[in-house]
Amino acid sequence: MTLARYFGPWTYGFVAAALLLFAIAAWSGAGSVGPTLSTALAFGAISVLVGTGQMFVIASGAGNIDLSVPSVLTLAAYVSMTAVASTGGLASIGLVTALAVGMAAGALNYAAIRFLALPPIIATLAWSFIFQSFAFNLGGEATLKPPPALMAFTTLRFLGIQVMPLVVMGLSILAALTLVRGVWGRQLLATGQSERAAHFAGVRVGRVRLVAYMVCGAAAGLAGFLLAGFTGGAALNMGDTYLLEAIAIVALGGTSVAGGQANAIGIWGAALFFNLMGTMLNMFQIQAGVRFVTMGLLILLIVAIVPRPQAR
Amino acid sequence: MAEQVLRPSSALLPVLLPAVALCVMLGAIFWVQPRAMNYFGFTLLLKLSPPLVFAALAQMLIILLGDIDLSNGAFVGMVTCIAAVFLVSSPATAALLMVLAMAVYVTLGLLILWRGLPSIIVSLGASFIWLGAAIIILPAPGGSVPGWLKAAMTWKPPLLPLPVWIALAAALLGEYLLMHTSFGVILRAAGSNPRALRRAGWSIAMARATVYGVAALLLALSGLMLSGLITSGDPNIAPSYTLLGVGAVILGGGTFSGGQVSPVGTVLGALTLSLAGSFLSFLNIPPTWQIGAQGVILFLVLAGRILLDRGKRI
Repeated sequence: MTLARYFGPWTYGFVAAALLLFAIAAWSGAGSVGPTLSTALAFGAISVLVGTGQMFVIASGAGNIDLSVPSVLTLAAYVSMTAVASTGGLASIGLVTALAVGMAAGALNYAAIRFLALPPIIATLAWSFIFQSFAFNLGGEATLKPPPALMAFTTLRFLGIQVMPLVVMGLSILAALTLVRGVWGRQLLATGQSERAAHFAGVRVGRVRLVAYMVCGAAAGLAGFLLAGFTGGAALNMGDTYLLEAIAIVALGGTSVAGGQANAIGIWGAALFFNLMGTMLNMFQIQAGVRFVTMGLLILLIVAIVPRPQAR
Repeated sequence: MAEQVLRPSSALLPVLLPAVALCVMLGAIFWVQPRAMNYFGFTLLLKLSPPLVFAALAQMLIILLGDIDLSNGAFVGMVTCIAAVFLVSSPATAALLMVLAMAVYVTLGLLILWRGLPSIIVSLGASFIWLGAAIIILPAPGGSVPGWLKAAMTWKPPLLPLPVWIALAAALLGEYLLMHTSFGVILRAAGSNPRALRRAGWSIAMARATVYGVAALLLALSGLMLSGLITSGDPNIAPSYTLLGVGAVILGGGTFSGGQVSPVGTVLGALTLSLAGSFLSFLNIPPTWQIGAQGVILFLVLAGRILLDRGKRI
C-alpha cells in the first residue's frame, strides 16, 4: 500500500471536478457554485447509484455487463409508482416494490446468461426489450405522480445539505467496504480475476455472479424510484441517459473493464465531473451537438491518458 | 483454439443455426400470410434489411479482432445526415467528410491497440462523437438524398428481389475474402492469436487498420443505403443497429474470444432479426408488446446455440 495506490487514477475525477468548479466560480461568481454543485450532486447521486450496481457486474469478470439497466430503472419506477397509488400514497411500499422489481430483473438476467449460455451483452439486451415492453404497457404515455413523502425526501435538506446525495454516499461507502472487507466482495473480485482459480478455491462462482446481477438490478430499481420522486413522476424515456453514462463513469472511476478490480468511491469523482461538465456546457449555451462531441473526446482523452488499473 | 478456427469443416456448423432460424421465421411468416410468398412480398419483408446486413458485417469484423463497437449505430446515423445534407448540393464535401470519419474510426482502432485500451469504453466515447457530429450537421431529421440513391434502393432486379441479391453478394464475398484467401487468414489471426502473427513477421497494426478501415467502409455503405431507403437523414435513426448487429454476429456462430466469426452466418442472422420485425407486425401484435416480443425471439433463436454447443463438445 504505497501512497500512489491511494492517489491512483481514480482520484483524477475528483481533481477534474474541482477544477471545473473553480472555472464555474471564476466565470459567473462564487455565488453560483452552491446551486451548481447541489444540482450536480443530486443528478450525480442517481448516476452513482446506477454506476455502482453496474460496477459489481463489470467487476465479476470480462464480458459481464448489464445493458438492461435503463429499462429496469423505468419499469421499477412505473411499478413502484403504481403500487404507491394503489395503496394510497405509502412511499415505503414503493421502495420495497422498486427493489423487488430490480432484484427479480437481475435474477432473470443471470438466468439467461447461465442457462442459455449467452454472452451477458446479448442476454441483458434481450431482457431489456422485454422489460421495456412491460413498462410501455404498464404506464403508456401517462406520467404517474410520486407520493408526497418521496418528493419531500428527494429534495430534503438538513442544515442546507441535501439528504439524498448523502444517503447515496453512505451506500457508496458500504459498497467500498463490501469490496475490501466483505466475504462476497472478495469472492466477487476473485471471480473477476480468474473464474477457474476462484472455482478451485471453493468460491461458488455462479452464486457470486447471480448476486452481482441482483445487486445491479436493485440499484437500478432504487435509482428509478428516487428519480421518479426527484423529477415528479415516472416517464418512459427516463432511464435512457443512464446506460452509457454509468458505464463511462464506472470505467473512469477506476474499475477495470476486464473484471477483478473495482472502485466504488472513484465513481463519485467521475460522476461529479460529468455532471459539472454538462452544467458548464449548458451555462455557456453550447449547442447540443458540440456538447456530445466534447463529452466523447473527454472520455477518449481520459481513458487514453489515465494508466489502467493493474488487474488483468 | 486457433487450429480449430482454421479447419474448414467447422465452418459449416455455425451457419446451421441461423439458417434454420431464418427458415423457421420465413415459414412462420408464410403460414400467417401466404400471399407474401412472391417477389414483391419478399421485397417488402426484407426492404430494411440491407443496411442492417452491412452494419452487422462491420460489427463482425470488429468482433473478429476480439473488440466490440458500441458506436456502430451512431456512425450509420451520422452517415445518413452527411448524405442528406451534402450529397445533393456538394458531393465532394460529402465524400470528404465520410473519408475523414473513416480515418478517425481507423485511428480509434489503432489507439485501442497502442494504448491497450478497452474497446467498449473507446467505442462508447466514439458514439458520443458520431452523434454530436450528426447533430451539428443536421440538428433535426430531414434533408434530401439524390435521385440515383433512391432509384438504386428501389431497383427491381431480375429473378430475386434486391435485398436478397445484396445479402447473397455480401455473404459470398465476405466468406471468400475472410475464409478463403491468405490475407483473410492474417486478419483472423490478428483476432485469435496476435502474438503468433507478430512472431511470423506480420504487422498487427496493419491488420487491425485494414479491418477497422473495411468496417468503416461497410458502415458508410450501410448509412448510404439507409438514407436512400428513408430518403432523408436522422442522427437517431439507427442506434438499434449496434446491438442487433452484435446479436446477428453471435446468432451467426461468432464468439467474443476473437478470430471466430462467420460472414455467411452473420448475414443470415441479420436477415432473421430483420424479418422478426416484419413477422411481429403480421401477427397483429400490439405495438407496445412488439419490442418485448423481439426480445423473446432473440432468446428463442439463440437458445438453439446450446444444442449446437452440446454437439460440438462431444
